[in-house]
Amino acid sequence: MRIRKAGDSSVYEGDLTPMIDMTFQLIAFFMVLINFQQTEQYADVELPISELAQPPEEPLEYPITLNVTRRGTVVFGGRELSTFDQLRPYLVREAQVLRARKKPLSDATIVIRAHKTAKTGYIQELIQVCQDEGFDTFALRAKEQLE
Amino acid sequence: MKIRKLSESESKIELQMTPMIDIVFQLLVFFIMTFKIVPQEGDFEIRMPLMAPSQSSNPESVLPLRIRLTQNPDGSLAGIAVNDQALRDFTELREFVISYMGDVGGPEAGREQVEVEIDADYGLHYEYVVRAITAVSGYRDKATGQIVKLVEKLKFAPPDQPPAQ
Repeated sequence: MRIRKAGDSSVYEGDLTPMIDMTFQLIAFFMVLINFQQTEQYADVELPISELAQPPEEPLEYPITLNVTRRGTVVFGGRELSTFDQLRPYLVREAQVLRARKKPLSDATIVIRAHKTAKTGYIQELIQVCQDEGFDTFALRAKEQLE
Repeated sequence: MKIRKLSESESKIELQMTPMIDIVFQLLVFFIMTFKIVPQEGDFEIRMPLMAPSQSSNPESVLPLRIRLTQNPDGSLAGIAVNDQALRDFTELREFVISYMGDVGGPEAGREQVEVEIDADYGLHYEYVVRAITAVSGYRDKATGQIVKLVEKLKFAPPDQPPAQ
């Protein structure tokens, strides 16, 4: 540690190092906590709550996320589709991508993120449309119940 | 601006900390303001290959449970019935499933054999279906906090026709 001479007339400087250390730690903490996955989700959809909703232990191999709004439309890849006929070409394309990779369609999981007041019959019809295109594995997404 | 004399150049070079601290605090304030605790999301997996409506998705499932959910005109839940037996609420549905699985040889055997088919009215709000799925899929043990799994095989009945507009 440097010992100042008694006759040193320079101004007193506070040691900023601990403060900067701490501030960078805080910034790193908040940066790590930012959930970038949320950007893929459609903010208009308020998921139903379930006490059993837990994130999967390992990520899905080939997720295809379909958001169902309260208005009865499907949002896929940022596009809002008002009829199932508009959705079909996108599902066909996803199926073609999987076939091109020589993978069975059962490897894909249709993740349904539906608004809590969406009509159940609409979601069942959506599942049927996906089944028509050869998909058979579905995941109904729900939000964790906070204590 | 202060002009240093040539003789002062011998003294140590002092870094300008003020701009760095400014920007660091800006960043800190940004992250604090945008920080939001987001509840985690989880999935209920359903395997439903295309088949005839009456066909079971799993040939080994010999004990189907048919859960009927009816709606009020506003889309809220009007009633719950399991194999035509009316139940009061989802807690009773869970107790029914636990008791049913106990009858078929315990939770382990029940998971293999019991298949639940959910038959809901077209306009019923989706949250009630998720609550029904939660009730039959398992529960959180209050003592340990662990999730106890019940039925794993779920499927939907073919959808009703939408009501005429």
